[in-house]
Amino acid sequence: MKRNDDTQVDVQLSREEIRRYGRHLLMPEVGLEGQKKLKASSVLLVGAGGLGSPLGLYLAAAGLGRIGIVDFDVVDSSNLQRQILHSSEDVGKPKLQSARKRIQGINPDVEVATYETRLTSENALEILQEFDVIVDGTDNFPTRYLVNDACVLLGKPNVYGSIFRFDGQASVFYAREGPCYRCLYPEPPPAGLVPSCAEGGVLGVLPGIVGTIQANETIKVLLGIGEPLVGRLLLFDALKMQFRELKLRKNLSCQMCGEHPTITHLIDYEAFCGINPPPTDDERSGEFEMTVEELKKRLDEKNDVFVLDVREPHEYEIVNLGGHLIPLNDLPARVHELDSSREIVVHCHHGPRSQRATEFLVQLGFKKVKNLMGGIDEWAAKIDQSMVRY
Amino acid sequence: MPTKVLIPSPLRGYTEKQETLLLEGESIDELLLQLTTKYPALKKHLFSEDGQLRKFVNVYVNDEDIRHLQKEQTRVSPKDVVSIIPSIAGGKR
Repeated sequence: MKRNDDTQVDVQLSREEIRRYGRHLLMPEVGLEGQKKLKASSVLLVGAGGLGSPLGLYLAAAGLGRIGIVDFDVVDSSNLQRQILHSSEDVGKPKLQSARKRIQGINPDVEVATYETRLTSENALEILQEFDVIVDGTDNFPTRYLVNDACVLLGKPNVYGSIFRFDGQASVFYAREGPCYRCLYPEPPPAGLVPSCAEGGVLGVLPGIVGTIQANETIKVLLGIGEPLVGRLLLFDALKMQFRELKLRKNLSCQMCGEHPTITHLIDYEAFCGINPPPTDDERSGEFEMTVEELKKRLDEKNDVFVLDVREPHEYEIVNLGGHLIPLNDLPARVHELDSSREIVVHCHHGPRSQRATEFLVQLGFKKVKNLMGGIDEWAAKIDQSMVRY
Repeated sequence: MPTKVLIPSPLRGYTEKQETLLLEGESIDELLLQLTTKYPALKKHLFSEDGQLRKFVNVYVNDEDIRHLQKEQTRVSPKDVVSIIPSIAGGKR
């Protein structure tokens, strides 16, 4: 891959910069010209979380000219296990604020551009076009497809990384030279079928490893050296400490980057991924749903309520409501343990798993089953603050 | 002689936590049929209601996507390794 190759880079390095980047300058693959290219380059990080953290730190240290970050979250204490851009003192503050502080602490010469917004079909092209390389460190399918499509439309390389539990994936999607994300996965899974990290967990070091691989690929793409992961999907298994590589080929009938693309502008990615808009308060008081306040009232009034916990046993060990434990995956085989004549309130950690369990039970003919909205976490936040949250 | 099939971690909940299965079959079709017969709960994760392999589930024989081979009719031998690679999205949160 060649970028910026024939263009003489019109920046200079100061005496201090030559000293700072000395270890880069010693290598002919980077050298003075390469370091100037980095200084003239710009990279956009979509997400300042697990993957964005090592990316931000290493790209700043490497002497990138400009780093853009798109994020709209605030730092939560449960982020600190892996999101090393942020510190304990940053809890409750916008991630962009701590990211900027850390990056400028490492390298004050880097210009940091922050976008406190959700990346949307309306703003993506405008934001992405300001940068040479886009790095995808998001946590959801709609944004991944949005980033991919916007990169294809703008002709920009998309340095991809994704993680789940102990597994990581990385690639470089660059439609001008190889496949795009849609060549690999033409369609996303329906909402709810694949657990997210918030549900499935993730080893804290894993985004560190995958994010630094993305940083490595970003620098190679910017310098036009080596063999970036174009047309290859790198798989990493942290438990086995094993890397594997799969071939990715351009799909000639890809809707986005194939010979006759049918997608020529950004679409509604939430709808594409089957995600409905969040329910309004009226809709939330649905037939098969219950609020934590309502459950508290029922229990206080000693109503007959059977609490069903569909989390995993190791989660039950952390904290529980004393409910009957049947992990979601075991529910079909153990449904005989439930008495359909009793009122059953199903809960999990935050709600998605218990919603699936509720839908499953309703399909089986259970009439008096309700999903506890917000799960045990909402109970701990609103009803019993002495309970631990995880 | 069986062929090795690697189960990705998001789907191991449906295979009694097993990550490597040895299954008998001469084609991807036959292997997947054996897999979903042994573990019926996997079926809806691999196949849509019309019986097609889902578009977010990729199957590889060694390092090659079966979409670029003979799809589900791709022949396998005991020395091949079959991988199921679903899309994962995590990264930020």
